[in-house]
Parts: sequence; C-alpha cells; structure tokens
Amino acid sequence: MLLCAPMKNTSSQKSMTGAEALIRCLENYGVEYIWGLSGGAAIPIFDALVGSKIKLILVRHEQGATHMADGYARATGKPGVVLVTSGPGATNTVTGIMTAHMDSVPMIVLTGQTISPMLGKDAFQESDIFGITMPVVKHSYLVKVTNDIPRVIKEAFHITNTGRPGPVLIDLPKDVTSATFTGTTLDPKMDIPGYKIPAKPKKSDILKMAKLFKGSKRPVLLVGHGAVIARAGDAIKKLAYKLKSPVTNTLLGKGEFPETDPLSLGMLGMHGTAYANLALTRCDLIMSIGSRWDDRINGNPAKFCIGAKKLHIDIDAAEINKILKPDAYCIGDAREIVEELVKCVDTLDTKEWLKELDGYKAKYPLNSASSEKGLTAQYVLHELQNVTQGRAIISTDVGQHQMWSAQFNLAIKGTRWLSSGGAGTMGFGFPAAVGAQFGCPKDLVVAVVGDGGFQMTLSELATVFIHKLPVKVLIIDNKYLGMVRQWQELFFENRLSGVDLEGNPDFVKLAEAYHIKGVHIDKAEHVRARLEEAINFPGPVVIWAEVIKGDNVFPMIPAGKSAYEMIIEPPHRDTKLEKPTGST
Amino acid sequence: MESQKSNIHTISFLVANKPGVLVRVAQVFARRGYNIDSLVVSATVNPKYSRMTITATGNVETLEQIIKQSAKLIDVIHASEHTGIDSVTREFALFKVKCPSNKKTSIIKALKNKAHVVDEHQSTLIIGKTGTTEDLDLLETELKKFGIIEMVRSGKLVMATGKETT
Repeated sequence: MLLCAPMKNTSSQKSMTGAEALIRCLENYGVEYIWGLSGGAAIPIFDALVGSKIKLILVRHEQGATHMADGYARATGKPGVVLVTSGPGATNTVTGIMTAHMDSVPMIVLTGQTISPMLGKDAFQESDIFGITMPVVKHSYLVKVTNDIPRVIKEAFHITNTGRPGPVLIDLPKDVTSATFTGTTLDPKMDIPGYKIPAKPKKSDILKMAKLFKGSKRPVLLVGHGAVIARAGDAIKKLAYKLKSPVTNTLLGKGEFPETDPLSLGMLGMHGTAYANLALTRCDLIMSIGSRWDDRINGNPAKFCIGAKKLHIDIDAAEINKILKPDAYCIGDAREIVEELVKCVDTLDTKEWLKELDGYKAKYPLNSASSEKGLTAQYVLHELQNVTQGRAIISTDVGQHQMWSAQFNLAIKGTRWLSSGGAGTMGFGFPAAVGAQFGCPKDLVVAVVGDGGFQMTLSELATVFIHKLPVKVLIIDNKYLGMVRQWQELFFENRLSGVDLEGNPDFVKLAEAYHIKGVHIDKAEHVRARLEEAINFPGPVVIWAEVIKGDNVFPMIPAGKSAYEMIIEPPHRDTKLEKPTGST
Repeated sequence: MESQKSNIHTISFLVANKPGVLVRVAQVFARRGYNIDSLVVSATVNPKYSRMTITATGNVETLEQIIKQSAKLIDVIHASEHTGIDSVTREFALFKVKCPSNKKTSIIKALKNKAHVVDEHQSTLIIGKTGTTEDLDLLETELKKFGIIEMVRSGKLVMATGKETT
C-alpha cells in the first residue's frame, strides 16, 4: 500500500500551533480533502484549515463524513480523512468507523476533545471517544502533548493503509491543538515496535498450496476484498486462465476478476448466483484469495464445500483457522502470493467441470424480467447495467436493492464496486458515492440505494449541490425495509413488523428542494430512456424508481444453511420454511 | 475437574507502556466471552514496555484466536502462551485467618516451613506464601481448618526458562 512520502520540513518556519502543525502534516501526506463538521473543541483545527490547500468539505451529519471518506478510500486506495468535534460530533462517527473497520478501509478520524485538564470530568461535549471506539479501530490515540502531533499523524498514516487496512482515530484535546508547537520536525521517527506488517510470503507455503492443485478436476477460486485491496486482479486472471479454473467472488470482491469473464460465476453466498453456489456443492478444491469465509458465504462452516480441499490466502494471520481450518494457507499480500503461485501450478483438466457449470448457468439464470404486477427492481438494475456497461463506479446501500445490484451490475474492476459488506450499514451508499466522486471526479458514479437507507443520510444532497458533484442517485423505492419484510414473509408467516415505510416523500420534489434534478420512473417502458437521460445529464440527478412492493431476492440460502439447501426459485405460497438458525 | 484444568491457559504479553493497553487486551478476551481468571501487569527492565500475564479458562481454538487478535494490536509487542514445560510460574497469596490468642503458637507451629506470618493481631494472623498455584491451593485447604477471613492472591507470573525470553 503506497503512501505519499512526506515532504521535507522547511526549517525556516514561524511559530505555529499544534493544529497548524497537524494540518501541515496532513498536507505533507498528500491529503486532498477533509470531510467534517465543526464544533467548539475542534475550532483550532478548523481555524488552521483556513488558507490550507486541503479542501474542507462541510457535511450535514458526521456519519456522512465518515462514509464519504470511506467511499473515497475504496475508490482511490488513499485514506479518507474526517474531522469532527467532541461529544456528539465524535459519537456520530462511530457507525462510519465500524463500517470501515469491518471492511478493512483506510481512514483517519480526527476528533476534537475537551481541554485535557477537564478530561474525565464530564465537561460540556466531552465523550470518551477513545474508549468508545476501541473495539472498532485498527488503532487510536489520545494526544496529550502538542509536540507528539507529527509522530502520531505519521504513525496513523502508516498504520491505516498497510497490512490489513483499517481506521485510526486521533482524539485531540483543544488545549493540545491550541498550544504552540515547539518540535524540531514534522517528519519524526515512528515509535510502533508492536506493529508488524506481514513479511514476504513464504515460498514453502506457496508450494504447498500449488501441490494441492495437482489432480484437482473441479477447482473454484474465491475472490474477496483482500484481493481488491491488494489489486491482485491481473495476477488472479493469469492464475484462473492457467488453471482453467472458474472464479467466484464475495460481495466485496466484485470486479477484481471481471464478472463479465466466461470463467466468472459471479457472486456466491446467501444471495449469490445459483451456479456459484452449486459450484460450492460440487467443487473438489476452493481457494480463498483475501476472503475471510464470512457467514454470508459459508452459511454453515461444517457443511461448506464438503470434501473439498480448502486453501486460504490472507494478509491477516488471525483469519487463518478463524472460521474453518484450511488444508494449506499463505499469509501475505494477495497479489504477491498469486503472482508466485501462477508460476508453481500446471493447467488442470477442467473441461467437464466448466461444461457442468455452463449447464447450471443456462438452467438457472438470474431473472430480471419485468412483472405483470409492475416495475421490478431487477429490471431497473439490469437496465442500469445496459446503460453503464460496467463503466460506472457503483456504490450501494444495504438491503434487497444491494443484492439485486450485486446480481445485475456486473463489475469489471474491484474499485468500481463500493458496498458495506461486513457491517451492512444502511445510509452508507449515498455518501460513499459522494466520497468516490470527490476522489474520481471524471468517473460516472451511481449510488444505488433503497428508500429506507437513503433517508438515513439524504441530507448530504446539500453537499452534492454545493460542490456540483455529478453523482447519480438511483432510489429503488418499494416502500418497505424490504430485506426484513422478505424474512418475515418467508420465515415468520408474513407477520410484518417494523418494515412498512408508509409516508415516504416524493423523492423528485425532495431533490428539487435541494436544487437537484429529479427523475421519476414507474413503468418498465420508461426505464431505459430516463436512465439514459439521468446518466447523460452533466450534474447530479436523483432517480426515483417506484417498484413493486412485495418482491423477494432469489436465489437465497437461509442464514445458517449451506449451499446444498439453496432456494433457487420463489417457494410456493403455502410452503412453510423453518426459521433460520444463522444470525442474519 | 481434570479436563477443566487442562483448559487453563497462561498467556504472556509484552506491551507498550501506554494508557489504554490493558483495555484493548481485555476487550479481545471479553468479546469472545473468555473470562480472565487472573491478571498481572507490571514494569519490565525496559520502561517503554510492560508485562501482562493473564490466566484464562476456555477451549484451545478460542484461545488461538485471542492470542492472534491480541498480537494484532499495535500496542502489543508479542503475545504467547506458555506451558509448564518451557516456563516456570509463581504466585503469591496472603491469607487472613482467625486466631484466638490461646491458639496462636500452635497455628504458627503448624505452618512452619510452609508459609510465613506477615502480620500478627490480637485475634488474626496474616500468612503469606509464594509458590505455584497448586502450592497455594494446598495451603488454602489447610488454612480453612482455622477459618479464613479473607484471601488475596497476586495472580500468576510466568517466565520462560533457559535462554528463551518470555
């Protein structure tokens, strides 16, 4: 993971405050944007931003700032930086920090804090954010000495984006940022002897993995987010083609191996394609490249790919043996490992296997047909695919629309698919798209959101308007918290509870109130033209697609079940399904 | 009882001497519902680092995860489990026992060579002992005869033997 090398500190500086030293350091690390919301304890830092080349993006809610930083980081590979005040300003970042932590996203969160003599005394807007966030950060600091600021910033940038990336929080008491910085350098030595980045992968481990491929007739490569972070796509392509092995991907691994490739099986897991999940039931070897065998994939570890050899590549040693015991593993950077592995394997005889899988593809395609009952989300998203052809950066929210988008919006590059996978954070999709648009101003960025999640962070429409960001927001409005409604229908005898979003606004009028163009779709015959109109419009557009209310996502593997128990087609009305044993 | 015993683990952490380290490590245990039986934190010869010795009860797979997850913490220099083969362990305990003045001499006599008297009061004695956990357990059983008012134990310390460092 690359960091910009800090520029040499010029010796002829006039005196500066801790806050000014902080901003100088951030400039030196190449920070372009800070997403934030001001407040009393952070005023010295906001003051130091006046005249800085770093652009301050004032958001409407701190959660939005964290997701923007997150989307920026996922799309560009550079850490996103957030600046908020103490107390509620700081606690409003917790969801965003947790989201970044679950998905290994580099992010630096700067929080103002009450003056240090008042720490722990229930001062106005004091919150122990250092303590509150401890379980959801890669590391955190409470800075007590002004002159420590440059070292802390340097360590934070190093930690956040090396090894397995993750968020770093820096809590900055107001007296510490206000005091004069008297240090001699803005580029001091780091002091983190306990931080170890995995060394070069062990050749012996790679050879052990290569050996297991020998004689495999039904291999599957499983691409996860670690492969995206390592930019392992080219190496994986070489490996898949040399082995002649099919490739499936997790929700966050989408695109690192192009989903349009004939060897791709698309996404696996709870709402993955039938053919990817059937491949799991038939494979004799599966190799995870940067996936952590999460429960949405394995369903039930004891019944996951029974009899198949399991190989695991991960940069985080703690992931080995966490969910299942692999037959061989290698710890390190996914790209380095796969590049080496390509040299050590031979082409496999997979002709029969690929034929079998092609059969499944033909037999169980994803269904995006429009329904007699009205417009379907699947149809809209399939048309979005036809209009964008994979050239868009797609950022999704969480729920049914996310799964449909994952099924129909085939990704051809890992950094073009942004979704909250581990945390499943509703309200993520729209601000993450905004952050991605800041980082990739020339790219087409589409936020695919549900009516529920969008209403959690929609106030950032103001941010979009002010900065003239051409983000397209596609709202799949089924007037329900649809994924939960689906579970209640299938497993709780349709006893709907807490899922009806009665009272949704007119989203076109809502967009217009924020000075943003709104487009409405409720008929299949209008979808293509209105999507094209919106996508080709030079500014931001909110596309309000009203779809049928009671639709369900299939295929589905009920939580806690294995791929062997996948429900491919909607079950008959009277079918009684047992309640899932898995968590979610 | 036997299987429970084998589920007791002693883990030693070398950590940065910074605020919050204890919370970070304790959180890794708590998150997985692993109870800490004893915990000792103290200085090392290098003032930059502290030593934490934790004993905990639970299955081996969870423990492996806990050690790996704690080792990932930036403030943890290293974490490792120690077995009886490669290390020695000691613990210290204080027992306050009932001791009417007419029995004092006989109690002190009975404890000779097993523990020492740290404090004498009119009706109580404080008895101290350093030893392995099992030694202290034995003493505890013995002192129960006289009536233990309270017991304070230091928690287990571990040190690798020979050239190896802990």
